Amino acid sequence: MEQSGCQILIETLIEQGVTTIFGYPGGQVLNIYDELYKNKHRISHVLTAHEQGAAHAADGYSRSSGKVGVCLATSGPGATNLITGLATANADSIPMVAITGNVPMELIGSDSFQDVDTFGLSIPVTKHSFRVNTVETLAETVREAFRLAKSGRPGPVLVDIPKNIQIDKTEYSPMGIAEKIPDAKPNTALLDQALEMINNSKRPIVYCGGGVINGNCADVTTKLVEKTDAFMVCSMMGLTAMDNSHPKYLGMSGMHGRFAASKAISECDLVIAAGVRFTDRATGNRQKFAPNAKIIHLDIDSAEHGKNIDAALKIPGDLHFALSYITSKLEPQKHPQWEELVHSYKNKTKDFYAPDGYLLPWQIIAAVNQRAAPETNIATDVGQHQMWVAQYYNFKKPRTLQTSGGLGTMGYGMGAAIGAAMATGSKTVLFTGDGSFGMNLNELATAVSQNLPLIVVILNNGVLGMIRQWQNLFFQNHFMSSNLERKTDFVKLADAFGATGLRATNLTELNEALDQAFALASPVVIDCLIPDEENVFPMVPPNGSLENIILK
Amino acid sequence: MSNDINQQFAVSIIVSNQSGTLTRISSLFSQRNFNIDSFTCGVTNNPEVSRMTITATGDVNKKEQLLKQITKLYDVKKVELMTCENTILRELLIAKVNAKGESLQTILDAANVFRSKVVDMSPESVCIEMTGESSKLNAFLTYIAPYGILEYCRTGLIAVERGSKCLYGVK
Repeated sequence: MEQSGCQILIETLIEQGVTTIFGYPGGQVLNIYDELYKNKHRISHVLTAHEQGAAHAADGYSRSSGKVGVCLATSGPGATNLITGLATANADSIPMVAITGNVPMELIGSDSFQDVDTFGLSIPVTKHSFRVNTVETLAETVREAFRLAKSGRPGPVLVDIPKNIQIDKTEYSPMGIAEKIPDAKPNTALLDQALEMINNSKRPIVYCGGGVINGNCADVTTKLVEKTDAFMVCSMMGLTAMDNSHPKYLGMSGMHGRFAASKAISECDLVIAAGVRFTDRATGNRQKFAPNAKIIHLDIDSAEHGKNIDAALKIPGDLHFALSYITSKLEPQKHPQWEELVHSYKNKTKDFYAPDGYLLPWQIIAAVNQRAAPETNIATDVGQHQMWVAQYYNFKKPRTLQTSGGLGTMGYGMGAAIGAAMATGSKTVLFTGDGSFGMNLNELATAVSQNLPLIVVILNNGVLGMIRQWQNLFFQNHFMSSNLERKTDFVKLADAFGATGLRATNLTELNEALDQAFALASPVVIDCLIPDEENVFPMVPPNGSLENIILK
Repeated sequence: MSNDINQQFAVSIIVSNQSGTLTRISSLFSQRNFNIDSFTCGVTNNPEVSRMTITATGDVNKKEQLLKQITKLYDVKKVELMTCENTILRELLIAKVNAKGESLQTILDAANVFRSKVVDMSPESVCIEMTGESSKLNAFLTYIAPYGILEYCRTGLIAVERGSKCLYGVK
C-alpha cells in the first residue's frame, strides 16, 4: 500500500525499535507531528522546552541505555538549535539520529521562511548527514542513519526531510532493525605482541576511555585489570568503565585527575589504552605523558592512532574482541611492588578529602552517593561541579554517568538527565552549577510535565566557578564576568516550574533535603550554597605535567 | 628523513556522486586545519562516482591523519596517496601575456620551447595553453614574468597511476 513520507518515517522509526523521541514542533514538521498523533500508542513524543534540550535528551537517552536516541526539529531555528546537541554527541561519539523537517525542495535556498542550510550546518558536527531527495529513498535513508549511528565509532547522524518528501507517497515494506556493521576484528598477531608487552611489564596501567563504555567492555576490562594486576586509570569518558570501589581503580587522570591516577600514569612502564583518544585535557604536555611507558593503543577508529599520541603498538578494530583475546590468553600476573607503590600514593591523596566546616562540594557529592542506588543516573553540566563529580562520585555501573566530555557543553545536563531518566526509569541526579543551570533551566518544565524522578543538585557558589578558578590562578584575580551577581531564587524558581524547591546551607539541611528528594518520585531542585573560593584540585595547568601539579 | 618536514603530496579520492559530497570533503579540511594547495573534481567512467585530486602540504603525521580522516567519510569509496615515482601528474594553465612590441617573438619562442599552444592573440596580448607537471608551469610563468603576465588560471593537479592498475574498479 502507498504511504506518505511521514507515515513511512514513523513506521521506519518504530521498525528500528524507537519508542521515545524528543522534539519540538514547527511549520515544516507538522505533517510528521500529525502522524505522531495517529501513532501515540506506538511511539511516544516528549516535548522539550527548546530543541537544544531535545538533542541533549536524545544524547542522555543514548548514553544511559546504549540505544540510539532520536530527536526531531523543524527547519531553520529548529535545526540550528540542535547544532550544539549534535556537536556534543559527536565529540563524545554518542549514537543518535536527528530528524529535521525542511522547507519544500523548490523553496530550499530561496531564503523562504525558516529556510537554512541544515545539511551544510550539520556537516562538521555529525558523523554523517543525509538530505532525502525522493520519498522512495526515505525508508532506506532512515535505516542507514541508524546503522551508521551505531556502527564502528558511533556518532550522531542527521536526516533532513523536505516537506514535499513528507507528503509524497510511495510503497513501504517493513524491515527489521538495521544491524550495526560488524566491527573489524583486530589483527591477532598484533594482539600477541600486546600480550608479550604485558608479560614483560612490571608496572602496568589499563587506561580506559569512552570506547570501553560505547563498546560494552566494562566487564572484560575489569577482568583484564585483575588478570594483569594493573591499576585502572580513566579519562572522564571512562569513569564508569569499572566499579569505582574496586581496589585497582584509581579514577581519572589529567588536568583535574586524582593525584594517584596521574602519578601512576607518570611512573608506569606500560599503558594499555582502551578506547581513549588522549585529548589535551587528559594528557597535559604530551611529551611528558607516561614518560616511562610503552603504550598499546586499542581503538575502533584507526584515525585515533597517531593523532595525539604515537603509541608503540597501535591496534585498530573491535575493542571487545581485543580485550577478550588478551584477557583469555594471559597468564595471571602479580606486581606486589607496583601495588604497594601506587597504594602509597592513594593514601596520600586522602588529605585532600578533609572536611573543614562549610558545605563543601565533596560533602554534597558524598551525601548523594550514600543515598543513590548502583543504577542511579548521574548527569552533570560543565565546570567545577563536573570535575568534583568526576573526582568524588563512586560509580558502580557503566552508563550511569552522562557528562559532556569532549565539547564541554554548559547547559547539557538538564536535557541529558531527562533523557537518561526516560530511558532507564531510574532515579536521576543532575549535579550542576548555578552558571550551567542558568543556561538551560527551561527544561525543568519538561521534567515536571513528564513527572520524572529527577533531583537537580545545584552547587551554587554565585560565580562561574571554573572561569573564576582560572582567573584566580592565571589572571591575577581579575574576576571579569565570572561573578554572577544574580538574584535568582532557585527554590522559588523550582516552585514556579511546578517542581519541589529546597535549600541547603549546611550538612544537616543537605541531609534533610536529600532524604526528602530521594523519597519523592518527582522533580526536586536543591539549591546548595557553597563557598565561591573553593577551587578544583589537584590541577595540572594547561600543557603541564605532574611536575607542575597544584595540589592545594 | 625526519617526520616533521613539510612536503607536498597528492591524494586521489573516489567519492559517491551526490550533492554535498564536495562540501563534506572541503569542510574536513577546515575542520582539521589542513591547507589545500589544489583541489580538482570531475566525473569518471563510472557515473556513480566522482574523482577528486587534492594536493596539500604537511609533515608525515599530518599526511597520515588527512588520509585516515578522509577514509572515514561515508561518501568516500577509495583514497590513495599518489607516489611521485609512479604517477602521471598533470595540470592545465592558461596564461594571458602582454605581447606589445618586441616581446611577442620572445614569448612565442618560450611557448614553443615549453611545448605549449597559443590559443588566442590580440594586438596587445597572447593567450597560451600549457599542460604539464606543476614545476613546468611554474618555470614557464617565471620565464615570462618580466614581459608582463596580465592574468593566468590553473586547474590544479590531476593524477593517475601508471600501468594497468586502477584506483576504483568499474561496477
